[in-house]
Amino acid sequence: MIRIRRAHVLVAALAVALCVPASGISSGSGLPTSIGKGEGQLNLVAWEGYTQPQWVKPFTKATGCKVNAKYAGSSDEMVTLMRQGGGSQYDMVSASGDASLRLIVGKDVQPINVNLIPDYKNFIPALKSPPHNTIKGVHYGLSLQWGPNTLLYNTKKVTPAPTSWSAIYDKKYKGKVTVPDNPIQIADAALYLSKTNTSLGITDPYELNKTQFDAAVALLKAQKPLIKKYWGLASDEIDLFKNGDAVIGASWPYQTNTLIAAKVPVKDLIPREGATGWADTWMLSSHAKHPNCAYMWMKWVSTPKVQAQQAIYFGETPANPKACTIMNKLSPGSAAQYHCGASAKYFSSIKFWKPPIADCGNGKKDCMDYTQWQQAWTQLKG
Amino acid sequence: MAAGLDAAEGLTGKPGRPLRAARLRLSGFFWRHRWAKGLLLLAPPLLAFALVYLASLVALFISAFWTVNPFTTAIEHIWNLDNFRTLIDSGAYRTIALRTIGIAAAVTLTDAVLAFPFAYFMARVASARGRAFLFVAVLLPLWSSYLVRVYIWRLILNQDGVLNWMLNKVGLPNQHLAYTNFAVWLIFSYVWLPFMILPVYGALERIPHSFIEASRDLGAGGFATFRRVVLPLALPGVVAGSIFTFSLTLGDYVTPLLAGGASSQFIGNVVYSSVGISNNVPFAAAFATVPLIVMALYLTIARKLGAFEAM
Repeated sequence: MIRIRRAHVLVAALAVALCVPASGISSGSGLPTSIGKGEGQLNLVAWEGYTQPQWVKPFTKATGCKVNAKYAGSSDEMVTLMRQGGGSQYDMVSASGDASLRLIVGKDVQPINVNLIPDYKNFIPALKSPPHNTIKGVHYGLSLQWGPNTLLYNTKKVTPAPTSWSAIYDKKYKGKVTVPDNPIQIADAALYLSKTNTSLGITDPYELNKTQFDAAVALLKAQKPLIKKYWGLASDEIDLFKNGDAVIGASWPYQTNTLIAAKVPVKDLIPREGATGWADTWMLSSHAKHPNCAYMWMKWVSTPKVQAQQAIYFGETPANPKACTIMNKLSPGSAAQYHCGASAKYFSSIKFWKPPIADCGNGKKDCMDYTQWQQAWTQLKG
Repeated sequence: MAAGLDAAEGLTGKPGRPLRAARLRLSGFFWRHRWAKGLLLLAPPLLAFALVYLASLVALFISAFWTVNPFTTAIEHIWNLDNFRTLIDSGAYRTIALRTIGIAAAVTLTDAVLAFPFAYFMARVASARGRAFLFVAVLLPLWSSYLVRVYIWRLILNQDGVLNWMLNKVGLPNQHLAYTNFAVWLIFSYVWLPFMILPVYGALERIPHSFIEASRDLGAGGFATFRRVVLPLALPGVVAGSIFTFSLTLGDYVTPLLAGGASSQFIGNVVYSSVGISNNVPFAAAFATVPLIVMALYLTIARKLGAFEAM
């Protein structure tokens, strides 16, 4: 929502977090050295599909920790939920890169001891200490899964099959398009423009100067008359595709899997311009009431079996490549389909969500920050 | 009188006598002091009204003048008008406020037009049994959840929904009604219709038949009687109903969320996302004062039109 002067605070705070050694958080101090007895309960804020009975039930059985999950539809909502009520309502959040840094800077989450998670050492190198959850060697959470935001379409209604993001900006599907109700969607437009309008000189879809930003917003404004609905929760988009109200849209692989299971003729792809994506982290609230259950949960979800189950269910890539063989056992070919154990090259080809800040490196501070992104999105939706 | 009974009680000598005596003394006290009786009756609701209702309204209004720290989203208790300035300066919020008021007005008008003949039939034409049946028919939908009714409309209006299925059967083309402001208007009109029918029925039922006879005797035709006798007497009922339909639509956010399209945000949706997604309670409070002001104006006009006598 509209906030005045958020710009300066965000920049300052992120600058402090990213550039200055994290003072006051000396590693080792205050970190637990062992996992104590479970508290019998664990309250999670999660993306839809992250807390399926398939792996939650055995967890509760093994640890006695009853899991209560609240689904959030956007990173903004996750940040808000973790801050509401003094921040002690929820123990953990499955934050994506754009939320995780805001939570760290806002001191809403606490450092964790990764040595208590046996599977941590098996993670792909890129997700052991990624910049979105590890600052100056202090781990603020455990990497979970990652994946691309995809282009989803109805194979019967959309022909020929799309290969470019241009399909969701095309008048051909007027009134049949759906995209997420999320300011970070501006990055998708910027990514598309970075390939189709090279004169703008966009290199990073989260680091946009005024001209580049305005171009992206103008593209989304032109897209608005084509939109059936901006979806808030993944289940909204699933409904739209099921009922034929939308035939093409920006999506997560989770929706594709759910729709295919419901026998809706859909397919998804990473268009030729590439894709934005997410790398999620289980983070522990600074005021968590059930920290032992939280550690047990991190241990549990990083095991190869649960990593594989979640990867297949949601359609994403596990942080733990030991899950790949189990994925293929559960669903032949799924490891390759979801890029399990993918190369560093593929990993770096995805433009992971991160909070836009004014300081876009290169000494200049002329980038549009997240406040401006949110304002533009509110104005756009009207 | 209380004292006399007290004495008589004393003679009977039954057990439990002191309790009964005390009760009688108490009722005697209230009989002698009428104000105490009034106070006792009104105290609980008045207290609840003051504490729960007025206090929360005041808290809402006060917090509208605060702002949140943009990064930590903690409320900063510094008095300022930033929230109201944002509301006025931003075209988007103006559009949202106007859309909300516009659809609320359209729903009210629709319901008034639909409800009047229905209520007229109920009050003046239907037999006693027919009237009872119609009452049940009007009230029956209220027994199911509001959410269920909105979802049912979604099923009807969907691209592959019931409506398009029927249209196709008779050779008509598909209509794209789901997820539009039209759908929002339609669903609101349906959901709030009973709230219009009942007050209009009440007002029509109270018109003495002799008035209409007198009008006819004095030479007025059917239409003139309706226009100059029935309508003015029923108007307070219509206005009373409109208070319900207008205020209920004005404050709603569920129907626009579920059935609205790309440009269907209501004031309530902005309030909802300000609190639930941006954690900006002060801004939500500021925007929430808009329907409050609109309703205050509306009620003032409604009072002038005599709606409160018809409720």
